[in-house]
Amino acid sequence: MSDYSFKFSKSSKWLNVTLLIIPMVLLFIGIYGGLMQTLFRAGIITSDPFVGGDYYKGLTFHGVLNAIVFTTFFAVVIGNALVAYSLKKPLNSKIEWLSGILMLVGSVMAAITIFMGEATVLYTFYPPLKAHPLFYVGLVLLVVGSWVAFFNWIPKYLEWRRENKGKKTPMAVVGMFTTFIIWFIATLAVAVEILFMLLPWSLGLVDEINVMLARTLFWFFGHPLVYFWLLPAYVMYYVFMPKLAGGKLYSDMAGRLVFMMFILFSIPVGTHHQYMDPAIGAQWKFLHGIFTFAVALPSLITAFTLAASLEHAGRNNGGTGLFGWVRKLPYFDKEKWMFSYLITGLIIFILGGIGGIINASYQMNTVIHNTAWVPGHFHLTVAGPVLLAFLAGSLYLVGQFMNKKVRMKGWVTFVPYAYTIGLLVMSYGLKIGGLKGMPRRTMTGTSYANPDSLLYQADWIPYIEMSVVGGSVMFVAILIYIIAFFATVFGKAESVEEGATVTFPISEPLHDEEAKYLRNFTPYIIIAIILIVLSYTPVILDVLEATTGGSLPYSPDSPIPLR
Amino acid sequence: MDKSEKLAFSLSGILLAVFLGAIVYASVAKDIDVPTCITDMEPFAKDTLFQTGPDTYELQMVARMWAFQPSTVRLPVGSTVDLYVTSEDIIHGFKIDRKNVNLMAIPGAINYMRVTFNEPGEYLYACHEFCGAAHHTMAGRFVIEEGLDEPETEEEI
Repeated sequence: MSDYSFKFSKSSKWLNVTLLIIPMVLLFIGIYGGLMQTLFRAGIITSDPFVGGDYYKGLTFHGVLNAIVFTTFFAVVIGNALVAYSLKKPLNSKIEWLSGILMLVGSVMAAITIFMGEATVLYTFYPPLKAHPLFYVGLVLLVVGSWVAFFNWIPKYLEWRRENKGKKTPMAVVGMFTTFIIWFIATLAVAVEILFMLLPWSLGLVDEINVMLARTLFWFFGHPLVYFWLLPAYVMYYVFMPKLAGGKLYSDMAGRLVFMMFILFSIPVGTHHQYMDPAIGAQWKFLHGIFTFAVALPSLITAFTLAASLEHAGRNNGGTGLFGWVRKLPYFDKEKWMFSYLITGLIIFILGGIGGIINASYQMNTVIHNTAWVPGHFHLTVAGPVLLAFLAGSLYLVGQFMNKKVRMKGWVTFVPYAYTIGLLVMSYGLKIGGLKGMPRRTMTGTSYANPDSLLYQADWIPYIEMSVVGGSVMFVAILIYIIAFFATVFGKAESVEEGATVTFPISEPLHDEEAKYLRNFTPYIIIAIILIVLSYTPVILDVLEATTGGSLPYSPDSPIPLR
Repeated sequence: MDKSEKLAFSLSGILLAVFLGAIVYASVAKDIDVPTCITDMEPFAKDTLFQTGPDTYELQMVARMWAFQPSTVRLPVGSTVDLYVTSEDIIHGFKIDRKNVNLMAIPGAINYMRVTFNEPGEYLYACHEFCGAAHHTMAGRFVIEEGLDEPETEEEI
């Protein structure tokens, strides 16, 4: 099973290649924005050619392009690839194209409204800041396109199950389905927010909006969103990494258990982003806190299973003693360059995970909520393990689908290490700055970091400067990656023959158990829905009871409402 | 599941249970909590500060683009403030430097937390939610002084 090759149709290959290359360009624009933000915040620049002096416009496209657009595209592409490959069933390529076109049109629409300055609302788009209606429509198309991709996998999965009674679904398929089951349930809430609240209000069909309700629906989606980012990376950790390291997945059942636990607990947790909000009872916030701790459990199990798999691989490679195996892993093996992206991501995720538990810890959130600590934290997750895994996956997939050899392998192997160092420096600066009170999403350059301002905060400066240094290193690392990515895309094909096929490094399990109770998604989805209803009904009732009046739309440029 | 896996599973569970226990302890025994749902207060659009006891005050604060009202609050050392925050326009954030007070200011809702100032000095409060073009200039401060007779508030327009 592990080394077999699968032939994708030409149409399917070209679609997936398109869905890798265009988002890569958008990602790079977003990352450029990220570098500019560190310079803006330190007061080194006060304008840049892309956004002029509008820091917040840059911040919006940085967040939307990197965290929403790039991630959604990659999740769809790796799903298209792994579902077809693992089930040995080609997908319907017309539906694949439909999904891809919806996503591309939506993303371009949203990107244009941002660049026109009509959607400076950041990636959380909280009302009553109003964006151009096409910004909301663009987001809807992106999400609907990703649903269409998922709906395209379902019949193939059901068909496979019928044909393979008594067999366990391949782990990659379990992981990708988990990702998209969570995504589908979570995006329903944001679809309600956009279609029934934001869009009619933005078009002027209704005057006012309930801000707390919109915000609560956003966070119903907003936290599962982070698992939507994380889970494709988990799939790569469970499925690719042990094999790349030279071993086997320590426990097959643990992996399946982890994915099912994510279905149960990913969604009824969103209020932990609203610990400091009014109009939600503290007891319900605490309930969401408990579920958040429950969803930390699968990540802790993952830490064990992956470490055990790596130890097994290291010992296979000749490592001895208590820690000897650590030195026997292919950190700098150019032929296994993907390993370097996965191992650095895992190391970063130790810090990201600890930060996440701190944030989730109810009243401890008071210390860090909306301070620079928060971007410090989520760059250690979404811009750490998630980004690194997605970069590795994008390069690998583009090479496989285009039948091209990956270029500059030495540099490609080096990138994640340089990036990790930059990331750790930047996040340290943001996190400690946040503990000293520095707010997030704030253009400190002209106020708190400006010695001529009355608001000048001298003790924040070293931390703002650290984020410049770290951010610059991250940018250079990504630049090298982008060069290698396009060198691969435009390099000469390995062979011109039509029958070229795609291969993935699929790990075999070391302990393979029956896992009878982990084979069917349905009971887990039902329990998840029950938990969601139980945890969100009181929250929504509180919000409706404790809020008064509605809000007119505002532009970010004026304190006078737009109508 | 093999033995080491079971052990790792149990230890993870115990670790999380200990963390959760610490949260409950802080909440119940130390009375450190997060803001809750307030339904028994009339919405307010104007800021006010009044004394409710020898060392206690109630402050109703309004956040708007791009200032807090009041922007400066002078109080004597040892003051305890019942702080109510709302927003007149869009979402703002409110966090007092060096104090465990962190509140979202949301239009149509009232947020509440209690804070005590036992040390003299200046305590910055900066808006920490993006609220438009001049968000980074939206801040104010508590000035806590020894032997202050009359508490007062200032506004900058």
